[in-house]
Amino acid sequence: MDIYYNTLVVLVGTTLLGMNAGLVGSFSVLRGRALLGDVLAHAALPGLCLAFLLLMRRNVVFMLLGALATCLLAVVLMALLRRFTRVKDDAVMGVIRSVFIGAGFVLISRLQNAATDGSKAGLESYILGKTAGMLRSDLVLMAGISAFSLILIVLLFKELRLAAFDPGFARVQGWPAGKLDILQMSLVALVTVAGLPAVGAVLVATMLILPGATMRLWTDRLGPLLLGAVIIGGCSGASGTLITARYSFPTGPIIILTGTAFFVVSLFCAPRRGILARVWADYQFRGELRQRKLLTTLFELGDSNRSTAGWSTLRELADALHWNRSEIVDVVAPAERVGLVERRIDGAIDDGQLRLTDEGRRRASRLVRGERLWAAYLEAYPDESRSTTTLDLDELEADIPTDVRSQLEAELRASGRYPSVDDGRSP
Amino acid sequence: MSELGLWGPNADLAWWTIAVGAINNAACALLGCYLVLRRLSLLGDAISHAVLPGIVLAFLFAGQSPIAVLAGAMAIGVTLTFTIQMLKEHGGVGEDVGMGITAAALFSAGVVLLTTFARDVHLDASCVLFGEIELIPFDVFTIGGFDVPRVLPAMALALSAVLVFIALLWKELKLAAFDPALAAAAGFSPSFLHYLLMGMTAVVTVSSFKAVGSILVVAMLIVPPATAFLLTDRLRTMFVWSVVVAVDSAFFGYLAASAFRANVGGMSAVAAGVQFALAVLFAPRHGMLSKAWNSLRLSIRIVGEDLTAALFRDEEAGAIRQDAGLPISDLLRRTGGGLVARIALRRLLSRGDLQLIPDGRVSLAEQGRSAAESLVRSHRLWEAYLVENFKLPLDHVHAPAEKIEHFIGPALQRELAKSLPKSDVDPHGREIPPSRTDVPQ
Repeated sequence: MDIYYNTLVVLVGTTLLGMNAGLVGSFSVLRGRALLGDVLAHAALPGLCLAFLLLMRRNVVFMLLGALATCLLAVVLMALLRRFTRVKDDAVMGVIRSVFIGAGFVLISRLQNAATDGSKAGLESYILGKTAGMLRSDLVLMAGISAFSLILIVLLFKELRLAAFDPGFARVQGWPAGKLDILQMSLVALVTVAGLPAVGAVLVATMLILPGATMRLWTDRLGPLLLGAVIIGGCSGASGTLITARYSFPTGPIIILTGTAFFVVSLFCAPRRGILARVWADYQFRGELRQRKLLTTLFELGDSNRSTAGWSTLRELADALHWNRSEIVDVVAPAERVGLVERRIDGAIDDGQLRLTDEGRRRASRLVRGERLWAAYLEAYPDESRSTTTLDLDELEADIPTDVRSQLEAELRASGRYPSVDDGRSP
Repeated sequence: MSELGLWGPNADLAWWTIAVGAINNAACALLGCYLVLRRLSLLGDAISHAVLPGIVLAFLFAGQSPIAVLAGAMAIGVTLTFTIQMLKEHGGVGEDVGMGITAAALFSAGVVLLTTFARDVHLDASCVLFGEIELIPFDVFTIGGFDVPRVLPAMALALSAVLVFIALLWKELKLAAFDPALAAAAGFSPSFLHYLLMGMTAVVTVSSFKAVGSILVVAMLIVPPATAFLLTDRLRTMFVWSVVVAVDSAFFGYLAASAFRANVGGMSAVAAGVQFALAVLFAPRHGMLSKAWNSLRLSIRIVGEDLTAALFRDEEAGAIRQDAGLPISDLLRRTGGGLVARIALRRLLSRGDLQLIPDGRVSLAEQGRSAAESLVRSHRLWEAYLVENFKLPLDHVHAPAEKIEHFIGPALQRELAKSLPKSDVDPHGREIPPSRTDVPQ
């Protein structure tokens, strides 16, 4: 595909826009303000059109100011409605958004019917976005806004990070949390308004939240999150131009679909929060739990089978565990491989016998001790049963207060049910 | 675009347009009541955007079977709701982010489909997105000698589907709207109702894109019910009001749109917004004006009571003689002065609680004195009660008593007096004026 000069201009413009949106929008995602951008985007439309109506020509700066004015009006109205009426938050946002964008439609259709020359061009594209008509002045504006937000965010990085994760702490520490909030919202408004021509009022808010939401799946650290969001945003923006230069789609939907592709891939593949990673961790944890169950059951069986030197038959094991044969084999095989249990076969296969190795016995006695302590604890202090321990702790008893624990240990020892860790096999 | 008058030649076209708009808006508004009450407006918004690919596919493959289209819409609505729920529960993605992303992605896919196929099929992108209701009366079929718009049966079907839905599940939906926990306890599955509601939202959205366009359906889903919510506390009345607002919006939206030569869907949204603004200002109980009026009346009453009580206390302390009174300006200064105090004073004079005496002074009339006495009785009873029951130090009881004295009636006075060991002296050692209405036993 040939990239003409105009395409290049637009490519640089949308890439910058995407990067800026990713950067600024990440803070919105972290602060739980994803919906605010949507309201602002809808509210900006009538402002743009009004500014156009007043001048009857495209003046980027003037239109930007008009859009910011209606954004401000929408925010004030929303605050007033929340404060003084019984209408709930969600409905307030719904009303403001739909009425403002309705007004935008009215103005756009009015312009289209009134204007006879080419000056009307491009206004309808403010709903779904069109980059083809982008001028150098638009690009300069976009670049200016991006540079401005970037510099501000770099300068105020520490403060914004604090306000994003813990606004209460920021206030206590003496940072002007309220002003930082307003600054952050103003940056959102700026990039929303600047992005309207390229992405359109309906979708620009989503362009802001997609990169941040995607990177949130990958990392807990703000620096990498912002860097990744900038890259993803830039790629989405660039793809919007490259694809629409070839096919005559509106730009907004293409940018959103590219961003969504990043999001869906991350949703499945991200290392810790991704669905695949979660399913895998879940699977492994189940295996771990079954192995623990196997060890403790063999331990208990071994205690009652002293005569056979700890050997238990598979059938005994199956009865105690209520597992079927293949389930038992699934658990026994890996445990045997890591040397926790040993197996001998005499006679029929179903009479195969199992016992714990020394290592297995040490591990099992720790587990059994934890279980018994925990059971005794819950029995003695049933009120504490709500504060259950996390199952992936190897030693359940770690959550029991120390004084209670030594008392319970003494009681268990007295009744002979306290396995010591290096409990030998022979009596 | 359309410049058809309501009277004169071709008036029937205008009326058909309004009728189609009204039917469609009413269906949206009825369903929207549940969305607003259950605080699901944003989910409704998301669904109305997300069904766009459904609309396009329906156009491409439906072969004009409205029921298949509506069933498909229902499926999309339910799937989307389910996806958002899953993203939240298992993906760790916040509900607002999940909604924004899924809705925008589906909407984008719809736009791409639309622009791809718009060239081949008889399907106009701007019609689907922005609604071109003014073209509806030109696409008609004839029944019994009347030219009926072709979309009317589908819209009537959607409206009756909504009505049947509401009628069949009236009590379940009502309970789920106001008390989801009780609904669950009573055995109605709230999540089943939730999915059904979202499915119906999708159905209505699909059937109404021709009238208002798929972007603005949400205006008709949310704004009329939000307006009705300001006007009433009863569900039935809320339905009536939201239908009224919805039909009004169709009518005035059309009129304004033809006057300004603008988009009808957008104008309807603006018309609904204007009605919402009117309700915010003028609603009888929940409007801002009536709230301001009520609070002004309350301030006048309280300041008036404070004025008489001030005179009474002065008399009691012996600072003034009973019939000497106080100069008006001194008295007004006791409550901070201002317009409210002057209005309150005028009202007291006209009701005969206070009387004017020469030299610009006012004094208590008998009626005012007994009211003031009762107020002071409330005040001191409350102080005594606070000290008796909460062991508050003496310098902490005046401020709360000063506030609550205006809201203690005779019944509460009796209760307080009964609960106190000594109901004739307050903690500061001043006499609590005896009640004039209760006969001492």
